[in-house]
Amino acid sequence: MLFGRQGNDDLVVRGARVIDPAEGVDAVLDVRVDGGAIAQLGTNLETNAHRVVDGEGLVLTPAFVDPHVHLRTPGREDEETIATGTAAAAAGGYCAILAMPNTEPVVDSAAVLGSLAETAQAEAEVPVGFLAAITRNQDGAELTEMAELADAGAAGFTDDGRPVVAPGLMRRALQYSAVTGRRLALHCEEPTLSKSGQMHEGAVSAELGFAGYPSVAESLMVERDLALAAYERQPVHLMHLSARESVEALSRAQVAGMAATGEVTPHHLCLTDEAVRSLDSNVKMNPPLRAEGDRQALVAGLRDGTIAAVATDHAPHARHEKEVPFEAAPFGVTGLETAFSALYTHLVEPGLLKLETLLERMSAGPARAYGLDPPRIAVGAPANLVLLDLQASRRVSESDFRSRSANSWLLGETVKGQVRLTIAAGRVAFEG
Amino acid sequence: MAEIHVMREDLLPPKEPPRRHLISIGDLERADVERLLGTARSFERSLERELKKLPTLRGKTVVNVFYESSTRTSSSFELAAKRLSADTMSIKSTGSSVDKGESLKDTALTLGAYDPDVIVIRHPQIGAPQLVARYTGAHIVNAGDGKHQHPTQALLDLYTISEELGRIDGLHVAIVGDVLHSRVARSNIQALALMGARVTLVGPPPLIPRGIEAMGCEVSYEIDAIKAADVVYVLRMQRERMAEGANYVPSLREYTARWGVTPERLRPGQKVMHPGPMNRGVEIDPVVADAADALIERQVRSGLVVRMAVLYDLLTHGPVGVQAAALHEIGAA
Repeated sequence: MLFGRQGNDDLVVRGARVIDPAEGVDAVLDVRVDGGAIAQLGTNLETNAHRVVDGEGLVLTPAFVDPHVHLRTPGREDEETIATGTAAAAAGGYCAILAMPNTEPVVDSAAVLGSLAETAQAEAEVPVGFLAAITRNQDGAELTEMAELADAGAAGFTDDGRPVVAPGLMRRALQYSAVTGRRLALHCEEPTLSKSGQMHEGAVSAELGFAGYPSVAESLMVERDLALAAYERQPVHLMHLSARESVEALSRAQVAGMAATGEVTPHHLCLTDEAVRSLDSNVKMNPPLRAEGDRQALVAGLRDGTIAAVATDHAPHARHEKEVPFEAAPFGVTGLETAFSALYTHLVEPGLLKLETLLERMSAGPARAYGLDPPRIAVGAPANLVLLDLQASRRVSESDFRSRSANSWLLGETVKGQVRLTIAAGRVAFEG
Repeated sequence: MAEIHVMREDLLPPKEPPRRHLISIGDLERADVERLLGTARSFERSLERELKKLPTLRGKTVVNVFYESSTRTSSSFELAAKRLSADTMSIKSTGSSVDKGESLKDTALTLGAYDPDVIVIRHPQIGAPQLVARYTGAHIVNAGDGKHQHPTQALLDLYTISEELGRIDGLHVAIVGDVLHSRVARSNIQALALMGARVTLVGPPPLIPRGIEAMGCEVSYEIDAIKAADVVYVLRMQRERMAEGANYVPSLREYTARWGVTPERLRPGQKVMHPGPMNRGVEIDPVVADAADALIERQVRSGLVVRMAVLYDLLTHGPVGVQAAALHEIGAA
C-alpha cells in the first residue's frame, strides 16, 4: 500500500534517548541500522565502520506517519509535487504519508493511481500511500471501482474535501468497502449547514460578519456516518475532527465496540476561532478553527486515545490564491514541516500532553488506523526513525520550507523541537 | 533672558508615528471618537460660511475605490475631500482593470504607485481594507467591507445622535432588522457601546447572528422591545444579500407584518434613524420615514462633516500620543 524507495543504509545513532511507547522503550541507547533494518540496540555498540550519528541530548523515536496530506499531483504541480511534498514530509520527521485523491483528475481509477504509484517509486523521499475516491470524480453519485483500486494499491477510500452527502450512497459505499479490506475515511460535513460558511459560527463570526460554519454541521454528519457504519458493521476513520460533539460521538461509538478511529490536525489542537480576527487567510481551513471548548475536547480526545492520530491535512496553496481577502481565499494550510514542533511547543511544553503520547499519536496511532505496520524500534524492524532535538528552537520562515507552498499558520512564530534526522524505509531521507 | 533647556529626547530625530487608518470601530478609543466628533462640529460651523471650501488639505490626494455600488457614501467622501481642498480621484470596479480580473493586491500596488495620501475603499469582502493597507503607503479608510464594518457610518450616526439628543452616554438604542447581513449594525453596536449607550437588537432569530451578545448588546425577537428605546435604528432589509431559498424569513410580507417599524409601534418622541437606502413599506413605514422625529436626512448631512473630520484627523496625525487607529498588522508579512 506504500510506494517509495527502499533503503539499505548503514548507520549507528549513538547515545540518544530512545523512546518507543509501543515497545515500552525509554532509555539512553545506541541503535545500529544494518542494510536499512534495525540490527542492534544497546550501549557501546560496535559501529562496524558504519557512519555514526551523535544522538547525545537528542530523542530517537519511531518516525511519524501522516494520514492526511494533499500532494496536489496530478493537476496542481505548481502547489506541490510528489518530490517536494515528500521532501517536506521527511523534513517534518515523517517516514510515510497518505495522499488524498482530490486532485485534477481525481484518483478514481486504477490508471491514475498506477501512474502516481510509479512516480512515487521513483521520486518520493518517503513512501506514500494513495487513497482513492469513494465516488467517481468525487461527485457523490456513483461508486468508484473500489475492488480494482484496492488491488492497484489504494490505501483506503475517501471523498476528502467533500462529504458523501446522500445517506443511501454512503451505505452502499460502506457495504462494498468490505470486499476491499480497506477502510473508508470520511470528511464529515453537512453541506446545507456549512453552506458559504467561512469560519466557525460563534461570537467571533458574529462580530466579524463572516458567514458561519457551525460545529453541528460536522457533528451531525459524524453521527450519521457512525450510525450507518454501526448498522453495516464496517470500520470507519473520521478525518480532521474539529468539534467537541464529534469527539463525544466517536467516543460513544468506540465504547459501543465499533472499529472507528479519528484524527485531528495541529491547527485545531493549537488555535481557536479567535485567530481569525487577524483576517489572515492562513488561518482559513475546512473544517474551521473552532471555540476554546472544542479545542480542549480535541486535546483531551488525543490524550485519552479517542482520537488515535495527528494528521496535518497539509494543504498547499499558491501564493496568489491566498493573498486575497479572507472570503476569496481557498481553505487549507500546510503542516508537514511544522506539525511536531507546533504540537511540542503548544501542548507538550506547557504540560498539556505527554511527549510519549504525542509521539505515539504521530506514528503508531495513524499507522494502525489504516492497517499499516507501525514504525517501531525493535531488532529486525525496518528503520523508520526520527531524531529530535527538543531544545532547539527556530523562527518559522518561508525560506526554510521544502514544500512548494508556504501557506503556514506558523509563519513568524518561534517553535521548539527540531527534526535532526529522518530515516524512512531504511534510507536517510532528511538531515537538518 | 530665559535659559534654554535641551531635553535628551529633543536631540533625537522625531519618531515617525505609525500610519493611521480607519478600518474598524474596534480600533478606536472613546477619546478618538470624541475628538472626531468635535472636529466634525467645527467643520459644520465652517460650512455655514459663504465660502465653503477650506484650504486644509491642499496638495493631498484622496482616492476613492468603490467595488460596490454606493451613492451617499461615495459622494459624501468625494465632497468631503473637495471641501478640504484635496485632489480626488474615484475608481469604480466596473469599467476598470478590476473588470479584467485584476487582483485586489495588484490594484492596490497600482494605486499605491501614485502615492495617494488616503485611499477610501468599499469592497464586498471582509478584510479588503487591511489587504490594501498592506500593499500601499496610504492611510486607509474603510467605506464598508462585506458584512464586517462601516466605521464612518457609525461615526456619523453617533454625531447625529449627539447633536440631536445632546448626549450618547446612557441612551438606549434599538437596532431593528437584518443584523446578520449588516456592517452598519456591527459598527454601530461597537460604537454605541464604546460611548456608553445601551443597545438592543430586534429582529427575526435567523437574522440575529448567534453569539452577537458578546459584543455588548441585548437581543429581542419581539418588536415591542423598541418601545423602551430612545432611538430606533432601522436597518435595510438587504434583499441583495438574501440568497434564493435561504429562508431567513418566510416572506417580506411576513417580515413587515411582524418587524416593520410603523407609527403604532413607536411612542411619541422616539427618534428614528436609517442608514439608507430605505425600502419604504418594508422595514420602515413611509409615515415614520417622513415624520418629524426621523433623523434620516440629518444623518446624510452629518456624513459630510464626519468624513471631513476623518480625512483631516488621519492626515494631520491627530494629537500626539493617539495611535489607537493604527493598523493591527495582519498575519506575518
